Amino acid sequence: MTLPAPLSATATTATTCPYCGVGCGVKASVHPDGQVGVAGDASHGSNHGKLCVKGSALGETVDLHGRLLYPKMDGQRVSWDTALDRVAGGLRRIIDEHGPDAVALYVSGQLLTEDYYVANKLMKGYVGTANIDTNSRLCMSSAVAGHKRAFGEDLVPVCYEDLEQADLVVLVGSNTAWCHPILFQRIAKAKEARPHMKLVVVDPRRTATCELADLHLPARGGTDVWLFNGLLSFLHQRGVVDTALVEQHTAGLARTLAIADETAGDLSSVVRACGIAEAELLEFYELFARTEKAITAFSMGVNQSSAGTDKVNSIINCHLLTGRIGKPGMGPFSITGQPNAMGGREVGGLANMLAAHMDLDNADHRDIVQSFWGSPHIADRPGLKAVDLFRAVEAGKVKAVWIMATNPVVSLPDADQVKRALAKCELVICSDIIEKTDTNAYAHVLLPALGWGEKDGTVTNSERRISRQRKFLAAPGEARGDWDIICDVARRMGYGGFDFDGPHRIFDEHARLSAFRNEGSRCFDLGGLVGLGRAGFDSLQPVQWPVPHSPRPLAGEGLGERVSVNLGRSGSASSTDTLSPTPLPQAGEGTKRLFEDGRYFHADGKAHFVPTPVRAPAHAASEQFPLVLNTGRVRDQWHTMTRTGKSPKLADHVPEPFVDMHPQDALACGVRAGELARVSTQWGSLVARVQLGGGIPRGSVFVPIHWNAQFASDARVGSLVNPVVDPVSGEPEFKHTPVRVEEFRVLWHGFVLSRQELQLESATWWTRIQGRQFLRYEIAGRDQAMDRGAWARQLLGAHDPQADWIEYEDRRSGVYRAALVVGDRIECCVFMSSRPDLPSRAWLASLFVKDQLEEGDRIGLMVGEPAEKSVDTGPTICSCFGVGRNTICAAILEKNLKTPAEITGCLKAGGNCGSCVPELRKLLKELQIVDSSF
Amino acid sequence: MKPKLIVVGNGMAGMRTVEELLKLAPDLYDITVFGAEPHGNYNRILLSPVLAGEKTVDDIMLNTREWYARNGITLHAGDPVVKIDRPRRTVHSQSGVTIRYDRLLLATGSKPFIIPVPGHQLPGVIAFRDIHDVESMLAAARNHRHAVVIGGGLLGLEAANGLLRQGMDVTVLHKNSGLMERQLDMPAGELLKAALERKGLRILLNADTAEITGTDRVTALRLKDGREVAADLVVMTAGVRPNIELARSAGLQCDRAIVVDDTLQSFDPRIYAVGECVQHRQALFGLVAPIWDQARVCAIHLAGFGHSRYVQRATATKLKVTGVDLYSAGDFIGDVDSEDLVLRDPRRGIYKRLVLKDNRVIGAVLYGDVKDGPWYFGMIQERTDIASLRSRLLFGQAYCEPRAA
Repeated sequence: MTLPAPLSATATTATTCPYCGVGCGVKASVHPDGQVGVAGDASHGSNHGKLCVKGSALGETVDLHGRLLYPKMDGQRVSWDTALDRVAGGLRRIIDEHGPDAVALYVSGQLLTEDYYVANKLMKGYVGTANIDTNSRLCMSSAVAGHKRAFGEDLVPVCYEDLEQADLVVLVGSNTAWCHPILFQRIAKAKEARPHMKLVVVDPRRTATCELADLHLPARGGTDVWLFNGLLSFLHQRGVVDTALVEQHTAGLARTLAIADETAGDLSSVVRACGIAEAELLEFYELFARTEKAITAFSMGVNQSSAGTDKVNSIINCHLLTGRIGKPGMGPFSITGQPNAMGGREVGGLANMLAAHMDLDNADHRDIVQSFWGSPHIADRPGLKAVDLFRAVEAGKVKAVWIMATNPVVSLPDADQVKRALAKCELVICSDIIEKTDTNAYAHVLLPALGWGEKDGTVTNSERRISRQRKFLAAPGEARGDWDIICDVARRMGYGGFDFDGPHRIFDEHARLSAFRNEGSRCFDLGGLVGLGRAGFDSLQPVQWPVPHSPRPLAGEGLGERVSVNLGRSGSASSTDTLSPTPLPQAGEGTKRLFEDGRYFHADGKAHFVPTPVRAPAHAASEQFPLVLNTGRVRDQWHTMTRTGKSPKLADHVPEPFVDMHPQDALACGVRAGELARVSTQWGSLVARVQLGGGIPRGSVFVPIHWNAQFASDARVGSLVNPVVDPVSGEPEFKHTPVRVEEFRVLWHGFVLSRQELQLESATWWTRIQGRQFLRYEIAGRDQAMDRGAWARQLLGAHDPQADWIEYEDRRSGVYRAALVVGDRIECCVFMSSRPDLPSRAWLASLFVKDQLEEGDRIGLMVGEPAEKSVDTGPTICSCFGVGRNTICAAILEKNLKTPAEITGCLKAGGNCGSCVPELRKLLKELQIVDSSF
Repeated sequence: MKPKLIVVGNGMAGMRTVEELLKLAPDLYDITVFGAEPHGNYNRILLSPVLAGEKTVDDIMLNTREWYARNGITLHAGDPVVKIDRPRRTVHSQSGVTIRYDRLLLATGSKPFIIPVPGHQLPGVIAFRDIHDVESMLAAARNHRHAVVIGGGLLGLEAANGLLRQGMDVTVLHKNSGLMERQLDMPAGELLKAALERKGLRILLNADTAEITGTDRVTALRLKDGREVAADLVVMTAGVRPNIELARSAGLQCDRAIVVDDTLQSFDPRIYAVGECVQHRQALFGLVAPIWDQARVCAIHLAGFGHSRYVQRATATKLKVTGVDLYSAGDFIGDVDSEDLVLRDPRRGIYKRLVLKDNRVIGAVLYGDVKDGPWYFGMIQERTDIASLRSRLLFGQAYCEPRAA
């Protein structure tokens, strides 16, 4: 394994985690052996020193294995000049021949704000098209649209502290425990300190998040509008109305209420639509009604819907009615998925936005932006949103697409359509850090970008907190920052306005644009961060926008709560660059919470109630596709696994693609837990292992989004998802596709643990899992007659008849096992069986870290167990300390443990990142049930 | 006057039957034993260690002449029976002794098969059957250099190993393509060959002897494919033939051997037979375990307790070659309906194979790691249902016993 080169041997660098939208502060250091160590940054306001398991494992993801290190054209390494001339020349030619709308950028919430800014500037100001969209379209564009409809601007009113100060936290469509673990821990800790604090989870699945909930409402997928229309109506009927706020600062209540009353005015209609018990529904409504400090946080379960924007507004409506907004401990709260979805929104990196929260369809805004940029063009109508963009590519309308830091062949709905589109596209350019991805396979030009730890800039998290991502590793190979690549292409295309000598310059321009001709008309204002210079930028401390240059004029009751920010800690160890001792700019101020003054950003200065008629998901289940596919994340993987897939630690929790379903549905479909099933929709199909996790309601199935062709033969759930989008936001309906589950017949099952990467085309099905010093392949096949010994030797390269090859065969049972030992070390082993009853991989895996096999290990290699009687610790629950389920259960029973904290006290499990605490709680609960039954 | 029991054959089968009988009915018969060899009774199986110098002749004696006297048995050692007169119920020995019997027990054993190639009668061409043969080999080892063993079965390899240990240059000629094919499958045979070659034996497979040459003593041996091997001593271990001439000449029903029923009775109700000279339900016998069973059943019937049947059971073999761990038991070849569990670890010299049928172990071949041999053999004999153990069975008893939680 090649390790990246550190920039400095000793320094600890303060940076920001590149995963979810929580945006935790990370302290990174490079150890003398080249390994990267990470720890939570105690001074960061978002995480106060905590990190989840994904963040904790960042060090396992920065090696250079699989990295794209040099520009490539049509598979061949080329110079940057050649590659960029091809990009610039290709784009220029297509624009000249077919017009600016014939080119498009598809970018990512993984980009830094500075990368995003220049990409947006290039397209909207210079090429003259709004054909730049982002994968954030897939995760939070409904929230953006909802915010804009309600507040007049894409504004998140609250901050993380509000979750802690609330007396009622409602989580809607958010498996916070797994997807935003640090936020969840903050909630859990607050709830522990203030036991009267209530947590309500609205989710069709019983997720890990529900373990902490006082009330779980398993509302049927796609029915949130009924639920919150019902709540709005209920609150109004009960007179829980902030009349002053409604009258002075909002508009549109009457019509909104009429729709709510009409669609969900009585409990029974909500009960019917949502499929939840009336008593529980009433409990929730009453709890909400009587709890002033209530916060409703929502994620993909709300956004990824053909009614996503209405869902968002139905939630916001309830907060506006009750005046629960703009005050501590309350408000609607969109928790974003990606590390810089917010930053992308700020710079306008979506096809229907301009820049700095200004609108394409607003002539004043267009003028502000164009005159600020001094650009030849300004896009004046929305460009193609993600799904439409790739349709236009397939239709030949878009002839060149430049994809940055995202993997649409995996992540878009109807993802096979994306394959078809890219296969037909004249010019496909991909900027990436990983060479082999499902999308890069279609690239004509591959541009090596910088990854986390190498790149430098800012990101904005879910609470509007701008934090620095700082570099502490040298750029590997010839990789360059995305902003640098984009600016170089822009210059080669003959555009001025891209002569930046570093991200700090771009940030400065971005900040200046936000303040340009603003005068308080736009909330998004970074005027206070203008003129930082390189040193000020490098030492920028996390700050929540808006950061106006001077206090805003008073409007209404009072000022927003301001937070002083020290913008330049001279001599701080947080930067690896030498800090200049020159005077730093004056301290700016961040803003914790919005709307404290009752001022909103519609032209009328008011918040708008938005009527939300109800509508069911676009495609209903049918005879042919009788179940509903829900998709989402698992705890320890991120997106398409290009980085987390490298970490053995993260592979332990959920190693394989799976389809989770209700046991009765499994029975009806003829599939069994632990065996493979084909999951198909009208659009595509995949094969995954059946899991009966206990959290899935009847009628639906859950498949994780992460797996793709790099990690499994057939596991891209994107290809199954219906390409239906929300009419306002354009966000796809990832949570609701009619689906069929069938037995996937194989004649044998197996797994291989190997130090080397293998070519598994000869297996019918496979998935790859990263282990410590080995790769694990789960495999299955349909060829019964084959000579397994010969096949295994071929696969594992044990061609030498003198090789130290141990094998066991029970041919009638279809059992074949073999291991290759090289110089006393295990090189690889294979286990195959006609039945899926293969031995545990855990002990075999442990042999790969041994320099020398012991005598007993050799026979154990064929059994899959050590010769001496040792304890099987079971599947890993706590990835941080590697504590298995059996160990935990044994400790709970033996020592009569009652709480997760007691488990941590005994076994350390749950004591680091805490991501597994919900699972610990579940185990405690299960074992108590067992106890009481005796 | 007590009825007279005559035992023809002073070998292991006959004397074991007598011992069993004495346990059941010590005073029932007046017993007389005829034996061709001029010794008391000894354990033929242990001739190999004697040849290898690991044991002495005294070590392998089972019953001394005093034992016969003490039990009132008349022993005619070195005086084989030459004729049975069934109508008169008498036996006649070589030296002229004639005795009438009430019951006759034939335990005439077998004789080595001497391949009738030219030169097989030359001095220096011997078998490996009795103490005399061992003495001949030990003598040859003192004066000669080149030994050839014809036959790579259990006995041949033990002989070859013994001769090697006595300092001779030993070549084993085996007609088939794998050693010990009656006890081993091919892979185990190959491991064994390699191990024996490492010890210093020369082994020629597919070696068919054409001719043994020499004038007053053997000097060489020529194979059908033309190869020639120097030989001062040729030991024929190419199988045995039951000694049935006596029985046949007495008109007893014989096939490949003396046909007996489940009580070890021949077609003549007064005459019983045990050991290598019998044929029971088509089978012949060469290993000791079934013969012990026969002896026990036969003794019960001779004692007049007619309640026991001889049932063939699986047998197990261990090769007595120091440093080579080899165990085979039961039907290790199997048939179309049987199933195999196979483990191969050539680097460690381990090969294990179990043959299963209807969820029962019917055969086992263990090479290199034989510690579980008796455990498997027990399963073969008990017909233990191994369905629940199948996935771990071949890895041994330690993996199959219930584990602590």
